[in-house]
Formats: sequence, structure tokens, C-alpha cells
Amino acid sequence: MSEANKQQGAVQTTGHSWDGDLQEFNNPLPTWWLWGFYLTVVFAVIYWVIYPAWPVGETYTRGVANTITYTVDGEERTTHWNTRALLMKEMQSGKSAQKMQAYMEQVAAASYEDILADEEMLAFTRAVAKGMFGDNCAACHGSGGAGVMGLFPNLVDDAWLWGGTVEQIEQTLTEGRHGFMPAFGRSLDDGQINAVAHYVLSLSDHEVDDDMAQRGMQIFNGREGGCFYCHTSEGTGLESQGAANLTDSIWTVADVPGQDSLDGKLNEVKRVVENGIERVMPAWEGRLSDNEIKLLTVYVHELGGGQ
Amino acid sequence: MSFFKHESIEINAGLLIALTMVVISIGGLVEIVPLFYIKDTIEKVEGVRPYSPLELRGRDIYQREGCYLCHSQMIRPFRDEMLRYGHYSLAAESQYDHPFQWGSKRTGPDLARVGGKYSNEWHVAHMINPRDVVPESIMPSYPWLMENELQYADVADRMRALKKAGVPYSETREEYQANVEKFGQEAADKLNILAAEQYLVAEAQAGNFDGDRSRLTEMDALVAYLQVLGTMVDFSQYEEGHFVEFR
Repeated sequence: MSEANKQQGAVQTTGHSWDGDLQEFNNPLPTWWLWGFYLTVVFAVIYWVIYPAWPVGETYTRGVANTITYTVDGEERTTHWNTRALLMKEMQSGKSAQKMQAYMEQVAAASYEDILADEEMLAFTRAVAKGMFGDNCAACHGSGGAGVMGLFPNLVDDAWLWGGTVEQIEQTLTEGRHGFMPAFGRSLDDGQINAVAHYVLSLSDHEVDDDMAQRGMQIFNGREGGCFYCHTSEGTGLESQGAANLTDSIWTVADVPGQDSLDGKLNEVKRVVENGIERVMPAWEGRLSDNEIKLLTVYVHELGGGQ
Repeated sequence: MSFFKHESIEINAGLLIALTMVVISIGGLVEIVPLFYIKDTIEKVEGVRPYSPLELRGRDIYQREGCYLCHSQMIRPFRDEMLRYGHYSLAAESQYDHPFQWGSKRTGPDLARVGGKYSNEWHVAHMINPRDVVPESIMPSYPWLMENELQYADVADRMRALKKAGVPYSETREEYQANVEKFGQEAADKLNILAAEQYLVAEAQAGNFDGDRSRLTEMDALVAYLQVLGTMVDFSQYEEGHFVEFR
């Protein structure tokens, strides 16, 4: 007699039989499993009583002796258990929420000078604003703030298109910015654009053909090009227009440092002059609170070249 | 009753299917059906309107590309989600979504309030190659969105289909007037099935979502859709705790 047959003799079968000798055991459920099952049934009944559970007509059972109290404008409200009230309560009286709130109030009351001078507030700002920067800013400016060449400005260098003081950074965050340079592909011919590109590179001490640069300067500072309206006749750029400083060797749109040859560098500048630029920094007012904007302002200021 | 004996159910496939369906439908009846009758399910809130024709096409593309497999559109009422994504989602905000895009898996971030968070340029660059703007991203590239012309000849039919599901797009003068009263003139114009095609083209040209005015691409529609997500309700209008009252 084989092992299997011995076992078959020990327990009941369902009585079904296939192919003459294929049968099915009918073992009782393990006791621990069965009691576990009864326990879930008991749990469910208790849950029905305590928590919102059963629909009744246009409403539902709200749960017994299980309320949440939260505050709206200083007035206490009590309601049956629900996750929305639970969230409000946690935001108002939760341990970490309160700790954060205390710091937030301290930051809200302080001036930018005070925050920048106070090690503890600065540490809080770095910790909290890092998360906010990751959620809201890093998608464009990168998690470290280095930006993307040609698309989104680098925030860790010393160059600021719209100004690097805390007030200017705050304005940029609050109202957003619309960076615009017209396309000169139609108003200037290829030769003129080529000359302007020579002049632009000469501003940042590139060795270019002097005659071409001279001709480019006349277009740059004349009515033909009119570049000086925004970039100034020295090429240092107007912060009010978000116009880049062309003399500081820091490039945000034309990838000049990425090109090895002078021709490559010229082509990069020509491409920008020809096609223009249109870039948008979204406005964060309304999406972030004033205090959050304040924290991010300090954070961005501290990333690198805050002025 | 020998009819309901274990054995007779087990050996009778038709009966097994029928009884299985009865048992499953009890779950549906108890959990889903009452929501249609419970008054507080959908919050009373201003501003939520059905999608414009262009946004609707964007939503179709969102579904076609399977975005919902990695992105949820459901901010739950937890502190950490609120800090990251903003106000928790309301049932009212997806009342015109058929099917809703709540999702159940977040490989990427939640998109319920992504509207207005990034610029159009960012979305375009991000769709063509996510790594260009988010180096650590694992999202696939969708470069064809910029290449494919947007098909919109059937947009009116798509709106009619949704109308059958209860979305208040308008075909008659009365329906249009009802929409003007409910959503305001500006929104009612977006919901007019008879002018859907013209409106779609006009909206795409005015918005220039893909940054290329010469063409109307699938990118135009998808970006238009993403930019409206979660922006319809102005939460500053409501006192803190207003939406707790609906639970």
C-alpha cells in the first residue's frame, strides 16, 4: 500500500470520482483559519457601528461615538468620522504640523535680512523650501537649480536675467516672467545677422574678425537691429526687460560654451538672433502662499549668486 | 433544496455563472448604487464645466497613450499629499469625466492639479524627451505627439457620445441657454456641439499650446488638457472646512 493510499483511507473524500479512481479529499478547514474568519466577521460588525458604513435612503449611518473636532475661524466644529475632517484636525493640531506652523509664523513675521542672518530660520527654510523647490521648480530648473541650456535659466550662477536681489526674485516668483526677444530672421539678412553674431561674441572677448564685429556693432547699436534697446549699448542687458548680459561669458540660450569651433559658436548666436526667444516663467501667486513664496525666494537667493 | 447543493452548483456551469453574478452584484448594489442617491456625494461647487472640444481631444490622447497607468488624478485628503499636490480632489471635479482618470498607481506624480503648474514650453519639451528637463525621469518619450496632425473631424460625435452619458454638451438652443445659465457665456460656447470644430481650431490657435502656430498637432490638444486639470475650482472662494460639510 502506497503512502497516498494510506492517506486516502484516513480522511473523507467528496465522493466524486473521475476516470474511475481520481478522487477529491474533503478536509475540514484548519481551526486557526476558521476562527480567523469568524473574527473578521465580528470586526466588520463593530466597524459598521463605529464608522460611517451603511447607506440609508438619501443618507448613511454616521457611526456611533466617533467624532472629530476641528476649528474654523476660531469656532469649534464637531462632525462624524471622515477623512476630510481628520486632515483638518491633523493640519491644526498634529505634532509635526504644529512644529512647522510655529516656524512658518516666525518666518512670516521676519524680514528677508533677518531670515538671512538667522542660522535657525535659514536651516528651516533650506529644509522646507528644498521640498517645495523639488515639487514646483525642479521640473524646469533641475533639482539642483542648474536649469537647462536654452530652455530654463540656471539659478546657481551669478547671472540674473531679471535681477538677483530678494525683492526681484520675489517678484519673479509672484508675478512670473515673460522673456521675449523678437526674431530678426525677417528684418535682417544673413550677412547682417552674421555680423551681429561676430559683435556679440566679441563682447565676451572671443577672437573674431574686427571688421565684421565693427559692422555688427553698427547694426547692434543702430536702428536696423536696435539690439541696444534691451541689451544696452555696452551689451550688459537691462534687468527690466530680462535681457541677458552679453559681456559676462555666461550663456543661457545660445549654447556657446558647448561649441568647440568659432563657427559653431557663431552659429549658436545666429540661431538665436534669427529665431528670437520666447520663454515663460509661470506666476506662483495664488498657487503658493505668500509665505511659501518667501521661503522659496530665500532658497533661490541662497542657491548661488544671490545679490 | 437539492438545487442549491454544493455539488449541483459545481457541476452545472450555467448555474455557477448565474449565482456568481448574483453574489458579485450584491457588492455593487450596496457600495455603488447608494452613491447615486446620497445627497452629499457630489459637492456643490462653482466652476466645474465639461471639457472644451480641444481639451476633450487631449483627454482622448491621454487615454490612448495610457498615461493613467502611471499617473493618478486623485489627491487624497492626507497631509503629505496636500503639501505636495494641493487641495484634495473633489468628487465634483470629475463629475463630467467618463471614465474618470483617478487611477490606482503612481509611478509618476499625481496630475490632478498639474494645470498651470508648468509652462506650455515645458510640457512640449517634456513630452518629446522627458530627460531633457528632468534628468532622473523614467517616463517614456512621446515625440510623435508633435508630428501627428490632430484629427478632429469627429469631435462633434465624441461630444454627442458623452452627452448620452449625461455630460451637458449642447445641441439645441434651449440646451445652450441652459449652459449659459449654469456655466456662463464663455464656458457655454465651449460646450456647443454644433460649433465644436471651429471652436477647437480657434482655441488651439489662440492658446498655441505646442509653440508651433503653423500646425495643429496632438501636442496642442494634450497640453491644453493638462493645463486645465484641477484649475476649474477656485478654492480661495470657500472657507477652510467647507468641503468637510459634504462628508
